[in-house]
Amino acid sequence: MILPVAVSSIHVTVGQVAAALALVAVAVIASRSWHAGLEDDIGIAVIRSLIQLTAIGYVITLIFDQDSFLLVIALLTVMVVFGAFTARQRAVGVPDSFWPLLGSLAVAAAATLGLVVALGIFDPTPRYLVPVGGMVIGNAMTAAAVALNRLGEDVHEQSKRIEATLALGATSSQAVTPLVRRSLRSGMITLIDSTKTTGLIFFPGTMVGMLLAGADPTDAVRLQLILLYVLLGAVSIAALMAITLARRNFFTPAHQLREPPAP
Amino acid sequence: MLFELEDVTYSRAGQVVLRDVSVRLPVGASSLLGPSGSGKSTLLRLLNRLADPDSGRVVYEGRDVRDYDPLALRREVSLVPQLPALIEGTVHDNVAYGPRLAGRSFNARSCLELAGLAPAFEERDASKLSVGEQQRVMLARALALDPRVLLLDEPTSALDRAARDAVEGTLRGLRARTAISLVIVTHDIAQAARLADYVVRIDSGRVVAQGAASELLDEIPEPELATAEDAT
Repeated sequence: MILPVAVSSIHVTVGQVAAALALVAVAVIASRSWHAGLEDDIGIAVIRSLIQLTAIGYVITLIFDQDSFLLVIALLTVMVVFGAFTARQRAVGVPDSFWPLLGSLAVAAAATLGLVVALGIFDPTPRYLVPVGGMVIGNAMTAAAVALNRLGEDVHEQSKRIEATLALGATSSQAVTPLVRRSLRSGMITLIDSTKTTGLIFFPGTMVGMLLAGADPTDAVRLQLILLYVLLGAVSIAALMAITLARRNFFTPAHQLREPPAP
Repeated sequence: MLFELEDVTYSRAGQVVLRDVSVRLPVGASSLLGPSGSGKSTLLRLLNRLADPDSGRVVYEGRDVRDYDPLALRREVSLVPQLPALIEGTVHDNVAYGPRLAGRSFNARSCLELAGLAPAFEERDASKLSVGEQQRVMLARALALDPRVLLLDEPTSALDRAARDAVEGTLRGLRARTAISLVIVTHDIAQAARLADYVVRIDSGRVVAQGAASELLDEIPEPELATAEDAT
């Protein structure tokens, strides 16, 4: 089944975007009134979002116009690499976390997109692969970063306990198994919770976008459900893969903790 | 000779913890004696390859420890670490952990009995035991691997005097009933005198003396021995 895209489109003017900045002014006023010191961050966020989204808008337009599969792969590759760099900053407690993150994001994106195309959910065209790929990589990045951040903290906190199990003849994989469960849970729980509450507490972005673009609510709901399920698969692959690849980095080949606990 | 360390140097986070250490530990009961932070616990971890030295050699029964499979070595030379290091679950879960990984049979009750714990402890929640009981569970857990050497890292440092005396009694009983050699890390001179035949004194990452306990500890002035006794 190939889902229909929005049956009509809306035209958004620069003036409308500028008008929306009024809400940013509210945020600045709130920050200033309470001396929260967020004015600079809000300013940077607004400018960066403007530049980044405008740039990616041109890139997507180019890719759609060219209708080139190679350009789609190139764009998704760049997103995976940037995603791994960004996630690495959150996984500070994990030695050499970049490569596990890169591998996990690449596998999550390739496996998820490959599966949705193979199942006939989406056509293998830029119009589907670019936006779905972007969502998959973004969510996978967050899940992998949260999972590795938790794993790094737990290994540090429980280093004595881990070394005690190594002393009983456990392999490095066996020694961190209890921590892997918790890390995987941390990486996935946010999306699982938001999937549970979707439609009740908030409307997810894709559905809102389609409704604004004039799509039939039934189509909007169905597409949103597909994306939520796709994302659940993607974050589980990313978190599990990142943990599996990264957990070895805490140990030497002789099953020794690289950063031994202080005696 | 059970262990020989030849010119061993070990650093952590850029700090030299052990410098040019050469030590010989005979079969029987030995003690690594020194103040807190002197490097004695680190030395203990080198004996079963929980860490490797930056330079020098650690030899166990005539072979470099790096020639052994590290997992097999740790089952034969078993470390009893400082608390807290128990696995979540019952006392039985803790005692069974090592043998199950190795695919070996074991007798939990006999291990508990050797460690001075009654069979009734087997199904108790390990986290709800007293510190002294937890220390004995860690001892039983190591014994379940049927080791040839036990490495004991400050086995009584967290215990009151009565519990300490009981654990020391258990260790003496272990020596009398089994052929297991002991390497005991302690900061307590009097404890080294009570438990060890051979003593290595370590200070600031260097070996300052080693020899038979009866000779080496005789050289320590009485007030120092008395101070150590009072501190425990």
